[in-house]
Amino acid sequence: MNFKNLKLNLSNKNKDLIPQILTVVFLILIVIYFTINAQSNMGNRGISFGFGFLSQESSFDITFSLIDYDGSHTYARAFLVGLLNTILVSAIGIFFATILGVTIGIARLSQNYLVAKSAEWYVEIFRNIPLILQIFFWYFAALRALPLTVDSINFYDISFLNVKGWYVPKFVWTNFSIFIYSIIFAFILIYFLAKYAQNQRDKFGKQIPTLYISILLIIGLPFLTFLIGGVSLSFEIPELTQLSKTVYVYRGGVSIIPELISLALALSMYTATFIAENVRAGILGVSKGQKEAAASIGLTKGQILKLVVMPQALRIIIPPTTNQYLNLTKNSSLAAAIAYPDIVLVFAGTALMQTGRAIEIISITMLTYLSLSLSISVFMNWYNKKMAIKEK
Amino acid sequence: MIKSIKTWILVGLASVLLVACGQSGGGAGSKKSKTLDNTKKAGFVKCGVSQGLPGFSNADEAGNWTGIDVDVCRAVAAAVLGDADKVKYTPLSAKERFTALTSGEIDVLARNTTWTLSRDADIGLTFVGVNFYDGQGFMVRKASGINSVNDFRDGISACTNTGTTTELNMRDFFNSKNIKYEPIAFEKADEVVQAYDAGRCDTYTTDKSGLAAQRTKLSNPDEHKVLPETISKEPLGPVVRQGDSVWEDIVRWSLNTMIEAEEYGVNSSNASSLKDSDNPAIKRLVGAEGELGAAFGLDNDWSLRIIEQVGNYGESYKKHIADTGILPNRGPNELWTKGGILYVPPAR
Repeated sequence: MNFKNLKLNLSNKNKDLIPQILTVVFLILIVIYFTINAQSNMGNRGISFGFGFLSQESSFDITFSLIDYDGSHTYARAFLVGLLNTILVSAIGIFFATILGVTIGIARLSQNYLVAKSAEWYVEIFRNIPLILQIFFWYFAALRALPLTVDSINFYDISFLNVKGWYVPKFVWTNFSIFIYSIIFAFILIYFLAKYAQNQRDKFGKQIPTLYISILLIIGLPFLTFLIGGVSLSFEIPELTQLSKTVYVYRGGVSIIPELISLALALSMYTATFIAENVRAGILGVSKGQKEAAASIGLTKGQILKLVVMPQALRIIIPPTTNQYLNLTKNSSLAAAIAYPDIVLVFAGTALMQTGRAIEIISITMLTYLSLSLSISVFMNWYNKKMAIKEK
Repeated sequence: MIKSIKTWILVGLASVLLVACGQSGGGAGSKKSKTLDNTKKAGFVKCGVSQGLPGFSNADEAGNWTGIDVDVCRAVAAAVLGDADKVKYTPLSAKERFTALTSGEIDVLARNTTWTLSRDADIGLTFVGVNFYDGQGFMVRKASGINSVNDFRDGISACTNTGTTTELNMRDFFNSKNIKYEPIAFEKADEVVQAYDAGRCDTYTTDKSGLAAQRTKLSNPDEHKVLPETISKEPLGPVVRQGDSVWEDIVRWSLNTMIEAEEYGVNSSNASSLKDSDNPAIKRLVGAEGELGAAFGLDNDWSLRIIEQVGNYGESYKKHIADTGILPNRGPNELWTKGGILYVPPAR
């Protein structure tokens, strides 16, 4: 009987397997067909194919780079510069979009009519205007509104804002590594503290103010290194320099270019509307009975939100918010319109033009976005799993 | 069960056949010009132009394209199809232009494109000639006190277009002068103009003809000036796909005809009356002597049609570049007989 079942199962499996294998073979053949077709067409037109260009000198400069770069570096390095810039603006965008989104989302549920209505208007306006227009708006509005370098907006003589960017002081460290070690050490201590606190709570029901001790540690330890660790910090303040009769520039310090500011602003304000709606849906998705039950056992309002509502709301919020993070990352490719040197402008733009290697460069760029998106997905799925209901 | 496997095998076989067909279909090349045949069949010349550069290729409100680059396409259409208006224009960004040409979306690229070795040799293109000798320059605000490129100092910011030779020339120039600069490269020319106008950058650099044309779009054109120095050679000319030498010759000699016509004083109004001229060179130009068109499969009046319908190079320049106030002075784009460097091989 068992044997018969096994046999039947196997043949059933085959029945499923063969069409699947054939489908895969068919798909592979299609890919081969298009590859061969593209190759022969490129051959006919005298276009060569290859990735050798990546190690050639790029011979173009880039406005803004997180790593050391100029035109004497390779195309591969230019690619890296673009990639880092894309990651930078996406990270900044995601950070602010999350904060703004959560705030607006909660505000929409506020009892206060004005707060709730303003939040609603914000969502409806920014969600329904195409992103590219918002980017242009922030960029050119900012450029028109900001003063020329010589009459910069002055923040306490250390930071300056003008049409060419936002100039902030640069940190000049001595013994920077000791400072970093102290922060890492503080985190390790906090980790053990949290374990200990949980243990105490589970065993003896004792509450330890973990948060306050953690804050003390993370500020106190690095502060100590200044006193006894030989760490010191000074600031390089941007200085106004005259280049010609009316041309001025700030030298020294760190310059945050207006392209980055306006792009990050547009991306986070746009994406925040969608995150706000997710947050609202998440909170509304937790049944009223949960809150009432929590209140009945004497939890405070803050505790109800932190311990009962949010953990359940997060399960509803995280998956669609992951989508919004992915969207924001992909939308950052609109940077090219306002000259922010992201991967599309630098690599799929300038490098493509200079080398003419359209197929190679576009495939690399697509693969890059794919892996960026997949990385975000993997991280968010991990976080989602962590937040999911753990059946005990 | 067996039936379904059979179906799948059939599908597999069919796909193998499909691949085989695709391969054999792609390779065949003929001695005749495929592009010429296709153009005649379609009834129009597929021409790639800019997204709007006054004087070179620019569309008016009604969608009519004009400019000296446009005239190259019109000349080809007059020669091949007998009507200069039978052109289909495709506006292209700097980034798209070469792919559009190599993929066959267009057959002639007349889009202020600089002739360089790597473009000519590397990416399946052939430059057929030069219809405008340009050079890269800088525009600054008059009030800035900058009167020459020698007044540039470390920290200057320069706006330009991405994906053009100007981006590379700019680096070469600032490096040779040992000046640290901030390059800001936009995808479209309109954004460059807006950013420069708003004061984002201290100077705007591109081909001098482009600077002259874009200056008109600034909010106060009179407050800006172009510096006297030229930092690069920018021979702009039409481009065709590599591998169709007949088509290449047609485009090359359509352009050459316009320049040679100016040299011999043949223009749109007097061309037909010069059929019985004493000068054999003129007679060849208007199709009264020789069998020049036969060499690329055209009739003998091909060059006469170009001159009559499009005009000679001088007429085209005057109409689009000089009279529009972009560059009234022809400079290097004058005939070699008049102190310029326009010199084309003889049509004989």
